[in-house]
Amino acid sequence: MNWLRRSSSEPLWKEEFSVRTADERYVTRRQLTKFLVLTSFGMFVGNLWILLRSLFYKTPTFPRQTVARLGEIPVGGVKLFTFPTQDDHCILIRISENEHVGYSQKCTHLSCAVYYSQESNRLECPCHKGFFSIADGSVLQGPPPRPLPRIVLEKRGDELVAVDIKVS
Amino acid sequence: MAGNPDLPPKTRGLTAIAGAMSLIAVLLIVQIWLLSAALESFLAGKRSSALPAAIFSGVMFLICFGLYLFVDRADSDVRNSASEQ
Repeated sequence: MNWLRRSSSEPLWKEEFSVRTADERYVTRRQLTKFLVLTSFGMFVGNLWILLRSLFYKTPTFPRQTVARLGEIPVGGVKLFTFPTQDDHCILIRISENEHVGYSQKCTHLSCAVYYSQESNRLECPCHKGFFSIADGSVLQGPPPRPLPRIVLEKRGDELVAVDIKVS
Repeated sequence: MAGNPDLPPKTRGLTAIAGAMSLIAVLLIVQIWLLSAALESFLAGKRSSALPAAIFSGVMFLICFGLYLFVDRADSDVRNSASEQ
């Protein structure tokens, strides 16, 4: 059973924990520094990714889609539709006799659905009280960082057609 | 390594490393802010800020890398001086 005996004269704890406390502090700090620098590299790569996306950005084209007939909704009335895909919910509002506006219904803060408040004449997000202007979709109040994407509408005969999305 | 000669080498080394780490942490916070601002700007359709953001982020990464090399060298110096004693 000699092979079971330890050949070293050092105590067992010194063999198993061979790093002194002071040295361990050094190692830990160096590892943390390395981790911080790697994270910094990750941030740089993220910025490069945004730069590449910006350089090779292609303006998307959207299929034209009829969203409503002209007299379909009353003044101050609202119609919900999807554009350009079935997953992109939008809101159409008739703000005067001859004027309609359309916006993406997805709040730019955390993607809650915005609704039209006729009393205050603005678009409101119920989740965190983000308010958007009915005129141009700009943020009036609250945490949303960007205006609502605007749906460009065209009148064709007695129909309203969605043709584009403007992100400002 | 310059510093207070009254302090033992390990303490001086730790102070230098802590200082460098603090600088790296500050630069990292600025980089995180820069990335979120660039992303926000990109999502808002303003693509002109991507290039300066990437350049500044790259410069800050290089500074962080330089500080890491400094920490590495400072650590080696302290270890060598400690082993010589």
